[in-house]
Amino acid sequence: MNRLFAAATCLAALSVLPAVAADPDPKNWDAVIEAARGQTVYFNAWGGSPNINSYIEWTAGELEKRYSVELVHVKLDDTANAVATVVAEKAAGRDDDGTIDLIWINGENFASMKEQSLLFAPGWAEDLPNWRFVDFETQTTIRTDFTVPVEGLESPWGMTKLVFFHDEANTPTDTLPQSADELLQWARQHPGRFSYPQPPDFIGSSFVKQVLSEKVADRAVLLDPVDEASFDAVAAPVFEYLDELHPLMWRQGRAYPQNYPAMKQLLADNEVDIIFAFNPAEASSAIANGELPDTVRSFTFPGGTLANTHFVSIPYNSSAKEAALVTADFLISPEAQARKQDPTVWGDPTVLAMNKLDADDRARFDALDLGIATLAPDELGPALDEPHPSWMDRIEDEWRRRYGVAN
Amino acid sequence: MNGLTLDAITIALGQRPLLAISARVAPGETLTVMGASGSGKSTLLAYIGGFLAAEFSASGRVYSGDAEITSLPAEDRHAGLLFQDPLLFPHMSVAGNVAFALPANIKGRAARLEQAAAALADVGLADYGDGDPATLSGGQKARVALARTLVSEPRMMLLDEPFSKLDAGLRAQIRDLVFAKARAAMLPVILVTHDEADARAAGGPVVTIGEDA
Amino acid sequence: MIQPRDGVARIARLGPPLTVAILAGPILAGLAGTILPAFGYLPALGGARLTTDAFATLFAMPGIARSATLSLTTGLVSSGISLLLVMLFVAGWAGTRSFSRVQSMISPLLSVPHAAAAFGFAFLIAPSGLLARLVSPGLTGWTRPPDLLVLNDPAGLALIAGLVVKEVPFLLLVTLAALPQIRLTETRALAAALGYGRIAGFLYLAWPAIYRQIRLAVFAVVAFAASVVDVAIILGPNIPATLAVRLVGWMNDQNLSMRFVAAAGALLQLVVVLTALGLWIVVERAFARLREALCARGTRLRRDAGLRHASLGLMTLSGGIVLAGLVALGLWSVAGLWPFPQPLPSTFMLQPWMETLPRVAGPLATTLAAATLSTLIAILLTLLCLLRERDTGRTGGRKALAFIYLPLIVPQVAFLFGLQFLFLSVGFVASFSGLVLAHLIFVLPYVFLSLSDPWRAFDRRYEAVAAGLGKRRWRTLLAIRLPMLARPILTAAAVGFAVSVGQYLPTLLIGAGRLPTITTEAVALASGGARRTIGIYAFLQMLLPAIGFAIAIALPALLFRHRRAMQS
Repeated sequence: MNRLFAAATCLAALSVLPAVAADPDPKNWDAVIEAARGQTVYFNAWGGSPNINSYIEWTAGELEKRYSVELVHVKLDDTANAVATVVAEKAAGRDDDGTIDLIWINGENFASMKEQSLLFAPGWAEDLPNWRFVDFETQTTIRTDFTVPVEGLESPWGMTKLVFFHDEANTPTDTLPQSADELLQWARQHPGRFSYPQPPDFIGSSFVKQVLSEKVADRAVLLDPVDEASFDAVAAPVFEYLDELHPLMWRQGRAYPQNYPAMKQLLADNEVDIIFAFNPAEASSAIANGELPDTVRSFTFPGGTLANTHFVSIPYNSSAKEAALVTADFLISPEAQARKQDPTVWGDPTVLAMNKLDADDRARFDALDLGIATLAPDELGPALDEPHPSWMDRIEDEWRRRYGVAN
Repeated sequence: MNGLTLDAITIALGQRPLLAISARVAPGETLTVMGASGSGKSTLLAYIGGFLAAEFSASGRVYSGDAEITSLPAEDRHAGLLFQDPLLFPHMSVAGNVAFALPANIKGRAARLEQAAAALADVGLADYGDGDPATLSGGQKARVALARTLVSEPRMMLLDEPFSKLDAGLRAQIRDLVFAKARAAMLPVILVTHDEADARAAGGPVVTIGEDA
Repeated sequence: MIQPRDGVARIARLGPPLTVAILAGPILAGLAGTILPAFGYLPALGGARLTTDAFATLFAMPGIARSATLSLTTGLVSSGISLLLVMLFVAGWAGTRSFSRVQSMISPLLSVPHAAAAFGFAFLIAPSGLLARLVSPGLTGWTRPPDLLVLNDPAGLALIAGLVVKEVPFLLLVTLAALPQIRLTETRALAAALGYGRIAGFLYLAWPAIYRQIRLAVFAVVAFAASVVDVAIILGPNIPATLAVRLVGWMNDQNLSMRFVAAAGALLQLVVVLTALGLWIVVERAFARLREALCARGTRLRRDAGLRHASLGLMTLSGGIVLAGLVALGLWSVAGLWPFPQPLPSTFMLQPWMETLPRVAGPLATTLAAATLSTLIAILLTLLCLLRERDTGRTGGRKALAFIYLPLIVPQVAFLFGLQFLFLSVGFVASFSGLVLAHLIFVLPYVFLSLSDPWRAFDRRYEAVAAGLGKRRWRTLLAIRLPMLARPILTAAAVGFAVSVGQYLPTLLIGAGRLPTITTEAVALASGGARRTIGIYAFLQMLLPAIGFAIAIALPALLFRHRRAMQS
């Protein structure tokens, strides 16, 4: 009893004291670099792709050389695990020596961490030295992550856009669907040759959101949080669509690929004809890696497909915030961004604006061969805004209720 | 020389009494304990030797000479044991088995091996020291077991049907060897057996325990 | 009664309390850490009151009853089939040359990680898998894979099959360990003389004693199968998935309030496991009745050749499936493009190996260090417990056995999340000692179980002889018992090592991702479905335990090469 009381007193005393270790100020960048020296950054990032893992490894080597920062890639199978870790640490009162220093994040995970105040101070992202190259004016998703204001709580890393892939050898280009409705029509003619990862897989849920964005009467309602009263009416066309699509899908919708890589394997194994990804260069790099045949090509819908940005963010309790800032800044350096866009490395589109770069840096990007299966930026079609994160949650719940249990 | 005294020993397994015995065995004398299998005659040796399993309960005292050894740990009782099986340590050489048994006061590897070799020669196995115990015949194993026991300078010998697995010709030979050596060393011996011939060869008093209920 | 007062006995006295503390402490504390949030208490997430809301949400989840039922049925059916198969096989073939052949084929499969076996199996039987490729288009006319629901079927048949092929090696090995308890040759001869078929004779005369020995291990199999996560993700149904799979999904849900539901789900999982065990006991009784009835009627089942050969065939098939799956994974690790229906990759490349190998050094070191340390501690504690058992008689040991099996029967998900929370509070998460402790919880039971039978079977007259020769107990221990038991001790160590290498969830949660091992890396990569890299890591994951077992066999053989009795 006495010990409990003593502990409570200590806690109370601590809470009125100012934070012991002063948080870094990115405006004073030299001090940040100095403090970062010798720190270790535990970067929690999805580890399911050997390409991306190699890229992060290269980053680690450069950071060590340039800033004496050690970067450790903590390979996750689901980003939500990292969110869970920070939650558990907060619960356990581990407020200044957390195990995570940097998270690869966007969308719901960001919204959730922002809402729970699990992130490092607002504004830091736009104070990074390399922010001056970032294309936030034309790429609106850099400052608005799934309709949630970013407020400098996360730093952009790459751009994503929903792109479809097919194998020219099996599916001639002129037969390809040009919209969600045409996709349904195509599935009627080619039963069993399309599928999507089972929500709540991120890519699978994104497909459902694409259908939602196309089928909803007024797209503007998607930018606001879900209104329960009107949800059924607004979402009705989506579920009519899926009701019709599912029996025409691979395995009649009784089984689903678990995620994008599993779906990619289905295309490689010739089990399905059309797949999709959030990275326009994904098909080219898969061809380069011998994962897909070199007859695979990309296409999008002329009416537009979902687009968003992925970010890195720093948990409030990181024990190496300076080094995390240095890492985030390095990730948006023209050199790191150009290398990332190289399809033989990763192929992830840059967040930088070409017109903000000097001639040398621009040349790095111009020199890239985007690959045979990658659409040029002007072929990618219009970008559809991501709905508010609450739509994803609600749609996933509804999906589970309707399709999560087979009859 | 020390005799062996058993003073009002009783052994029970749970609530079931197994045996009760009092006896005095003079140096060089053999007491033969007979009883059907399951009568608990082996537990008597375990009690005297100090390795009775925890599930048995027992009372009574054991004296070696004038010293009571009832509460001593097994290793301080110096009871030379011979079982049905020769129980040679399979991971040691023949000589290694014997050398292991030598008392600690014999120092030095060479001295110990020499003593072991002498003990083996004494039981007619002079050339077998380096061999693998597993390659010996049944009779040879029994001799090694005997040599091993004798070099440890025991104060008594406890024999648990040690001849029962030997074939008839060999049996008499080994039996005579064991009793001769025990007599020569003036050791008190307790022999547990159900073989009348063993009892006759032992020549000493015979008690029968655990009559079939 | 003489209470031993020597040093060995004094130290051994520490064994059982330490072991119980290491096994039961974290599990009970972890369960508490799961129960509290299940009833709404987790202040960090704003849960300060006790409520049953989480259970209300849980039971309102679509298909939750179906998921729980699936866990229950797949767990029971796969365990039932595995045990039946092993029982019939041992009954029909034990002591024959076919038996040793199958045994030597199946035993090494014990060290194959579950996820790797499941991946291999999936690639074998999928419509685009190796089997279909071998007969296509020649026999089937398929130029594209047929749209057949072979994997992830709603009834969980693929999951059951995948579990069976992985449970069979384990059950076979525990049965083999129990076999010396019966006099096989005499029993066989007796049954044959009385005119009983081989299987019937074995079942009437030998099986009850064997089953008594392996019963807890069988319970562990039932509990594992009813709560398995990785195999169920790969082979199990999608709509809905089994309870354990959905549970882990809720734990990872971005909506953090789902943690409460996940905790409630973890308790439901515990109930599912207990129900499975309860039903298993009912089936056990029914089977025993049936056997007794048949026996009482003198049913001799003399014409059991068909059944015997079926069991041999199925055992061979079960081992063959895992082996073929591993070969397929191995092929994938060097495959370039490999389109359907080609039976072999059209190009080969070593690039994935070249890229992966430099990367494994760190995880490999962590894996080796954690496995070595947890195994050493487990061996030490096991030896102390077994030494203590001798001083107290065996009654104490029986009760302790329940604790030993606790980590194998309580589903991992039910207590690991609570345990992680506990470790966090004391700053133990992501520390190497925390990782070793977490591994020890799972290594210790397996080490104890592999070592206790040979230890107890040791002929204690050897020790009596040594004591009679005047040797102190510690000297007898070091010079006689330990060397004579070198082989089983090393085998137990190899088993413990393999168990540690295979740990996924404890490593992930307690290591907080900062202490990656070969297995956590493999599962993270598996989430990306990259078959090549999975092949490489699965290979490494198997290699380590295989090296362990090789040492356990080679070292005593080398040390005692001139001692014939130590060779078997």
